[in-house]
Amino acid sequence: MNPIKDLNKIFDSRIRLGIMSALMVNPEVSFNELKELLDITDGNLASHLKTLEESGTIQVQKGFIGRKTNTTYSVTKSGEKSFKAHIAALEQMIRSTK
Amino acid sequence: MSYEQQPLEDLQHIKRMMERSSRFISLSGFSGIAAGLCALTGAWFANKKIECWVKGDCTMDGLIDRGGVQLLNDLLWIATITFIGAFISAFFFTWLRSKKTKVPIWGAATGRLFWNTLVPLAAGGIFIIRMMQLGEYELIPPACLIFYGLALVNASKYTLGEIRYVGYGQLALAILNLWNIGFGLYFWAMGFGVLHIIYGVWMWNKYEKRTSS
Repeated sequence: MNPIKDLNKIFDSRIRLGIMSALMVNPEVSFNELKELLDITDGNLASHLKTLEESGTIQVQKGFIGRKTNTTYSVTKSGEKSFKAHIAALEQMIRSTK
Repeated sequence: MSYEQQPLEDLQHIKRMMERSSRFISLSGFSGIAAGLCALTGAWFANKKIECWVKGDCTMDGLIDRGGVQLLNDLLWIATITFIGAFISAFFFTWLRSKKTKVPIWGAATGRLFWNTLVPLAAGGIFIIRMMQLGEYELIPPACLIFYGLALVNASKYTLGEIRYVGYGQLALAILNLWNIGFGLYFWAMGFGVLHIIYGVWMWNKYEKRTSS
């Protein structure tokens, strides 16, 4: 069995891993909170979020706080499943190297 | 990218990001130490007040005219000042730490920690105010310790997990106090003073010592 084939290409980036980690333990996280957490630029974050959104891993909710737009993100059911599978594959790799 | 060779680092990164986004981790050990020292100072003043009242060293005016009400007022003032002092100093050190670790002090995690600590504390506060109105003064120290202990146990899910043990400590002291009525101030000083200091030193040693040198 080769666990490497279970690794999801979509999580092949530290930033996308970070986004997913935050979304897994919070019902929803805003764009600004993600930006502060990951310490990256708007454009960089937006492009990673786009990738995750287009793959159906996360979903976007657009809302308002007063007059300001407030965009929040949450993980989809299938996103949760593939992230868990990805973590399991990482663990499997560690075990197999011991 | 040699991504496939770093599963351990990836998992550590995931864990770190999960903790940073869900728990308030800037709580400084110095906050515990400072709050504990404030509590001990407050307890020392309160003890002096009570001693002077019991021995009859206070002014006759105060004792005859206002009697116990004066003492109660003084103690309430000491308690209020102690609380404000402890809160400000605890906040200050945590603020410093959040600057250092570059984790914003106000975020979703802070809101959750704040709310989940506040609910048991506010309920306890109302309960204790009512107890004072009914004149149940002996039960005030154990009631403070019980509600604070429960608040800490609840808060431990939203900040550094070790705070749970401080909560258990407060609860244990409260129960001991219930069967040693009259020594409330000593239990109070143990719980709010000594336990906070022990916790602060422990947390500083565990999380901050390395990064501050």
